[in-house]
Amino acid sequence: MNHQLYGNLIFELSKEGRKGYSLPKNRFGNYELPAEICRKEDAQLPECDELTVVRHYTNLSNNNFGVDTGFYPLGSCTMKYNPKINEEMAALPQFQNLHPEQPAHTVMGAEALVTLLERSLCALTGLAHFTFKPYAGAHGELTGLMTIDNYHRSRGDLTRKKVIVPDSAHGTNPASAAVCGLEIVEVKSLANGQVDFEDLQRIVAEQGSEIAAMMMTNPNTLGLFETRIPEIAELIHNCGGLMYYDGANLNPMLGACRPGDMGFDVMHINLHKTFSTPHGGGGPGSGPVGVREGLQVFFPCVSPYQGNYAVMMRAYAYILSLGRENVKLVGPLATLNANYIKESLKDVYELPIDTTCCHEFVFDGLKDKTTGVTTMDVAKRLLDYGYHAPTIYFPLLFHESLMIEPTENESKETLDGFIAVMRQIAEEAKTDPDLVKSAPHTTPIGRVDDVLAAKHPVTTYRQLQAENV
Amino acid sequence: MMEKVGVKTLDDLYVQIPDAIRFKDDYQLPSEMSEMEVRELFGKLGSQNKQLTCFAGYGVYDHYTPSVVPSLLQRSEFLTSYTPYQAEISQGTLHYIFEYQSMMAELTGMDISNASMYDGTTACAEAMMMTVAAGKKQNKVLVSAGLNPKTREVLDTYALHQGIELVTIPLTDGVTQLSAINYQLSTGGVAGVIVQQPNVYGIVEDFTGFAEACHEQKALFVIDSVAADLAVLKTPGEWGADIAVGDGQSLGIPMQFGGPYVGYMCCTEKLIRKMPGRIVGMTKDNRDQRAFVLTLQAREQHIRRQKATSNICSNQSLMALFVTMYMSLMGKQGLKEAAQLSYAGAHYLCDELLKTGRFALAYDQPFFNEFFVKYDGDADTLYQRFIEAGILGGVRYEDGFLFAVTEKRTKEEIDNLVKIAAL
Repeated sequence: MNHQLYGNLIFELSKEGRKGYSLPKNRFGNYELPAEICRKEDAQLPECDELTVVRHYTNLSNNNFGVDTGFYPLGSCTMKYNPKINEEMAALPQFQNLHPEQPAHTVMGAEALVTLLERSLCALTGLAHFTFKPYAGAHGELTGLMTIDNYHRSRGDLTRKKVIVPDSAHGTNPASAAVCGLEIVEVKSLANGQVDFEDLQRIVAEQGSEIAAMMMTNPNTLGLFETRIPEIAELIHNCGGLMYYDGANLNPMLGACRPGDMGFDVMHINLHKTFSTPHGGGGPGSGPVGVREGLQVFFPCVSPYQGNYAVMMRAYAYILSLGRENVKLVGPLATLNANYIKESLKDVYELPIDTTCCHEFVFDGLKDKTTGVTTMDVAKRLLDYGYHAPTIYFPLLFHESLMIEPTENESKETLDGFIAVMRQIAEEAKTDPDLVKSAPHTTPIGRVDDVLAAKHPVTTYRQLQAENV
Repeated sequence: MMEKVGVKTLDDLYVQIPDAIRFKDDYQLPSEMSEMEVRELFGKLGSQNKQLTCFAGYGVYDHYTPSVVPSLLQRSEFLTSYTPYQAEISQGTLHYIFEYQSMMAELTGMDISNASMYDGTTACAEAMMMTVAAGKKQNKVLVSAGLNPKTREVLDTYALHQGIELVTIPLTDGVTQLSAINYQLSTGGVAGVIVQQPNVYGIVEDFTGFAEACHEQKALFVIDSVAADLAVLKTPGEWGADIAVGDGQSLGIPMQFGGPYVGYMCCTEKLIRKMPGRIVGMTKDNRDQRAFVLTLQAREQHIRRQKATSNICSNQSLMALFVTMYMSLMGKQGLKEAAQLSYAGAHYLCDELLKTGRFALAYDQPFFNEFFVKYDGDADTLYQRFIEAGILGGVRYEDGFLFAVTEKRTKEEIDNLVKIAAL
């Protein structure tokens, strides 16, 4: 990584008249754009030669950390390996050059792939139909809730506007409900991390006729399987609500349990988590929504075509590569890896709920609270050792949450290396806390000033130039 | 490992799952495939797709992709990273998002941009919600009939669940009339006005006076545009828009049967704290170096939870990188040149079609690289004839054709289309 030599913005490398493109000559004669429809000033885009552009972005990539760089135990994000064959398939010109408005008889292969992928997802989840329109997990949540809202509306059941979510839920769940015009009712968690069934019964008894749905991940955000799920589903169904499965944590269920069998009616899948499509620095993802038979007529139109089609191609290539023989090992191996890390570190990191977890688990900071070393410090020190940090300060149930998800891909050697470093950091916290608190030391930049960025936002090059004047 | 964990078999890891719901069968899936077999299957599916010379647009355009872009896009440090939460090891992503925001602000003539959105249609829906969230108890949004029906359908979906009232402003002679907007604004309760430039017929509309009319009634003015067109067309900023949205697919992203593309959203500085999605800002690190970081996160869904007015979690980062590298290569001149070539090609095609005597422009209005013509024969038959000749002869729309031309279309390809059309 090199920040000093290659820290320029592409705008700062621009030299007037330089060209990085090649276009054919105009052979259509004299067609000039009329001035009255044109912009007055050119967009101030950079002018660079091709090599400058190539070096710039290559060096930028060197300032990044990906799954291909090293271990990425970012909890709740399922950072598994993204096989290269998937990329090759998604780039096939026979698919890449298809305009989405092409008539059906000219895109038979592309449409067939959608059907094949849908069938696979149905087999894996126990649901009957999928829509691929949603572009991401959050978009899938919104689509699923709209489906539920449409279902209740179709029955003239217009008072069902409340969605129950556990207090441990990811912030996106309540946000999706709000965008769908629904209201949130939080159900408490017990000390063991599970939904408080008695609290849920109380909510249903008081507000049953207003409940549109209950929205859950299972395993939940603590990585724990909700053992009372059949009773929960029965309770919600009996009051007229539907069960929504947030597929964020589907990975450990492959080979173990299907959402349809747990009693869920509607779910979304994050293809970029469970089905190995690359996270791309934050997208594009894909969030197909599946439903029980009969509910597919309530799918809303949330995008114009088949969603992020090229992402779906990658997911299907992954499913084919695994096949029915290996897909059922995904969950157990991810679960084994997580439990192995948990058991190997729980003597030095605080484990608030000591039980078998699924694909991930949460520490509440270091066990020794006297050092002053926080979860943030541990996360930053991990960067020095060449690891990506776990998810930190989520879930909100604990003050010093450190959420670790290794995925099924990592070898015992990788896990042992990570465990050794985590122990080393715990040791450093005692012997040299300042070293940890001032980490990272080896990265291209040090800790950043978040307050400065928010207090005085500079978000474009034009603003940056104005600053310098 | 199992010993450490205290289990004898992998099954023991799941003892907490009630037996009645444990999945014990085999999944109904194909057997595992080797790479060669996967290639073979995808190849077979691919051969069932017809490769056509594209004259279709309707929001998705067949532009040229410089070879640098897909090649660098596969750098796995970009491809396999996630959201840049850890700024110290994510400067690559944060840096290019800052560049992306700068370029989109330049292109649209707006103050600021977010870090990108899913696509143009959802970006427009987010803009619709933003106008309502920014307004005070105003719940009505006016939408020009010039908006692509595909976008409108997505708007309708979001509006239904949000309880937003959408009012369609009809077109006269193919363009939105200021008088119609003024009339609806005068009824009160309008949070925003959404128009498209060029509109669904490819017409470049005149929005003189629109922004003033909106602002007089405290409504926000939203323009939805094809990103590449803004290299030459009068910008949303120049028209006085408060929010500019649209799709960035036209910046070299392959059509890939509908996605992934990238939506953009830019706005005035005044609205920055109302804007959905991620934003990257400049700051310093503790070594006094310039650095970039996700900022203004208090606006975002994971903080606001049920008070959120958008549930957008991430951006469409890799596709934002795609268009950033595209714009870096094409630069100020290249984007303009591609736009001029598209304009010239489209006008040449239009002239040639009119010369056959069988086509007529539906509206006498300026257009950019897409136009709407009526045909004096059976349009469906002609459309099929195009396909048999290996041509995607535009989009069949209403009682005519929408033809689009990009810098990729050669004179020979256009002449060939005209020859078939003249038969």
